[in-house]
Amino acid sequence: MQDDRQPILSVRNLKTSFFTDEGIVRAVDGASFDVHLGQTLGIVGESGCGKSVTALSILGIVPRPGRIVEGDILLRREPEDGQAHEIALTSLGDSSSEMRSIRGAEIALVFQEPMTSLSPVHTIGNQIIGAARLHRKLSKQEASELAVELLSLVGIPRAEAAIDSYPFQLSGGLRQRALIALALSCDPRLLIADEPTTALDVTTQAQILDLLRSLQEQNGMAIMLITHDMGVIAEMADQVVVMYLGRVVEEGPVDTVFGESKHPYTQSLLRSIPSIHSTPKVQLPTITGTIPHPYNRPAGCPFHPRCPDVIPGVCDKHEPELQSVGDEHLVSCFLYHPVPETSP
Amino acid sequence: MENEQVLLEVKGLQKFFPIRKGFWQRVVGQVRAVDCIDFHVYKGETFGIVGESGCGKTTASRCIVRALQPTAGEIQFRTDDGAMIDVANLSRDKLQPLRRQMQMIFQDPFSSLNPRMTLFDIIGEPLLVNGMADRGKRIERVEELLGLVGLRPEFLQRFPHAFSGGQRQRIGIARALALNPSLIVADEPVSALDVSVQAQILNLLLELQGRLGLTYLFVAHDLSVVKHICDRVAVMYVGRVVETAETQQLFESPKHPYTEALLSAVPQPDPSLRSQRIILEGEVADPANPPSGCYFHPRCRYAVDLCREQTPELEEVSPGHAVSCHRALELELSGTLDAPVPQTAHS
Repeated sequence: MQDDRQPILSVRNLKTSFFTDEGIVRAVDGASFDVHLGQTLGIVGESGCGKSVTALSILGIVPRPGRIVEGDILLRREPEDGQAHEIALTSLGDSSSEMRSIRGAEIALVFQEPMTSLSPVHTIGNQIIGAARLHRKLSKQEASELAVELLSLVGIPRAEAAIDSYPFQLSGGLRQRALIALALSCDPRLLIADEPTTALDVTTQAQILDLLRSLQEQNGMAIMLITHDMGVIAEMADQVVVMYLGRVVEEGPVDTVFGESKHPYTQSLLRSIPSIHSTPKVQLPTITGTIPHPYNRPAGCPFHPRCPDVIPGVCDKHEPELQSVGDEHLVSCFLYHPVPETSP
Repeated sequence: MENEQVLLEVKGLQKFFPIRKGFWQRVVGQVRAVDCIDFHVYKGETFGIVGESGCGKTTASRCIVRALQPTAGEIQFRTDDGAMIDVANLSRDKLQPLRRQMQMIFQDPFSSLNPRMTLFDIIGEPLLVNGMADRGKRIERVEELLGLVGLRPEFLQRFPHAFSGGQRQRIGIARALALNPSLIVADEPVSALDVSVQAQILNLLLELQGRLGLTYLFVAHDLSVVKHICDRVAVMYVGRVVETAETQQLFESPKHPYTEALLSAVPQPDPSLRSQRIILEGEVADPANPPSGCYFHPRCRYAVDLCREQTPELEEVSPGHAVSCHRALELELSGTLDAPVPQTAHS
C-alpha cells in the first residue's frame, strides 16, 4: 500500500508462542497491522485472543516461556537528516540498551490494573521522576517540575501535593491517571494502552477516555488501544483490528468494521452485545460454544467450530489469509476469498 | 395469584461499617455503605440495582440475604406460604428455613466454586444441608439441574477446573436453583465473562425466569445489561437510592442528574453514536465522610445552594418513578432513546 503518511509502527506476520511443558500455545499467530501518528488503533477481542501478548511482543517483554518466533515489528523514526529510518524491534535483544531506550521513552505502556503496575513503596512523584531521568537529561529539580506538570495535565487535583502520595492513597481513577502521567513522562510517540479502563467505573472510564483523546490532540501521539469492550472501541478508535485466537480476523476503519462487518465472528460478536438501544428481554443472538482451550486449537480457520456460516470441507482444512474486501478493509474468511487449490 | 404481589420490601435499610483506629481499636467513624434505602420487588420481576463501585449495591444485596447483619431497617420477605417476615431482625435458627428461598449467584465464577469439590458435591451440598440425605435422589436432582442450565449430566463427577468461565457460571446458577428458591440475588453475574459468553448467560437467566417463575434482584454496573434484563431499576450513589423507576422510563427520561451522567457515560458499540458525553468532574464521594446536603452536589452540573444545604428525599414524581433531587421537576434531562435504533441488521 502506498501511503503518503508512513505508519510509525508496522507489525508484520507476528507470531509469539509460549513453550510450556504441556505443549506450545500459539498466543499470537500471524498478526499484521500498522499504527499511524495521531491515530488510535483499537485492538479488540475476547480473552485469549492474543491482544495483550501482541502489546508485550512490541515492547519485547514477553514473559518466559514465551518468545517471538516469527515476524517483524518495525518502528519508524522521525527523519533526522531528511531520511526516515526504521528499526526492527525484533532484531534487538530484549534487554539490549537500544531496546531499553525505546521502551518507556518512544513506546510507553499503560496497564490495566493501576494498583499492581505502580510501585507501592515509592511515591507517585518519585516514580515519574525516576522514569523521566532515566530517559532524558534532566536535573532533579526539572524532573520534579515535570512531574507536577504531568500530574496536573492528566487532571489530578492539587498536583504539588499529589507527587508525595503513594498509590494506595489514590482512588482507582486517580491511580490510572497517575499511570498515564508516568507513561507520558518521556513524551512517547506511541502509547500502548492495554485495557486502560476495564477496572474503572463507567463515569471514570468516560473521564479517562476523554483524557486520552485530548492528550492525543495536544501532542499527536499514536495510541494503540487494547480492549475487549466494543463500546470503547467504537468511541475511541480510528482503525480497528479484531482478533480471535491469535489471528487477525478483520481489520479496517471503525465505521466500516461496525457498519459493514464481514467476518462472521465480528458480526456475531456485535449482535451478542446487549445495547441500550436494543429491545429488552428478548433472547440475544449468541455465538455457540466457547473459546477453545489454547492447547487444542481447531485446525483450519480457528473460528470454524463456532461459525454460523461454516463451509464444511474448507474452513476446517485451510487457514484463511487476511485479504482485502474493500477500501482498507481486510478480512480473513473463505466466504470472501477463493479457497487455495493445493491443500497444505 | 395476583400479578403485582410484593415479594421483597426493603425499608430504611442501613449498613454502617465501623472505622477502628489505635491500640484499643476504638471506633472513630462510620463508613455509611448503605444509608437508608427503600425499594420493593414484585414477584416474578427482575429488579436491578445499578451504581458505581462503592455505592453500596453489593452491601445492600448481601444484607438482603443476611450474609451481612444490617445496622438498621426492615427487610420484609414473602415466604412460600404467603406471610411477610422481617428477615433483618430474625435470629439465626429462624433464618435457616428461609435461606433456601433466597439464593445468590456470585460475580466471579472462578473463586465461588470450591476447586476440590466435584460438581455433584457443589450442586448437591445445599440439598444435603437441607435434609435430602438419599444419595440416589440427590444425583437425580443434580442431573436435572445440570440439564436445566445447559450442562451435560455426565459432568457430575468432574471438578470446576475442567470448565470455562461461562460453564462455571452455569454451575453457580445450578447451585442457586437447587432448593427451588423464589428470590435469586445475582451480584454482577455476567461482568467477569466475555461478551459472547455473557449473552449466553443472560439468555439462560431469562429462560429460567420464564420457566420457573423466578424473581431476580440483579446487581450490576453495566447499564446495557441492566436495560436488557430488568423490569425496574434503582440507581444508587454513595449508599443512597437516587432514582428508581421502570427500566424504559428511567432510560428514556431520567430525572436525576447522576442517572443522566451515568447513562451518557456508557460507550455504545456504534461509532455513529459518538455522542456528547457528560464528563463528571471529580471523584465519587467518600462514604465515611459524605458531603453536606445532596451527596452528588459537588459533581452536579445543576447544583444550586439548596443542594448544598439540604438532603433531598426520595419522592415520587410520577407513578412508580421516584427521585431524590431538589430540582427533579424543573430539570430537562436527556435519556438515551433519542438516538435511532438501527443495529442487529441481519443481512
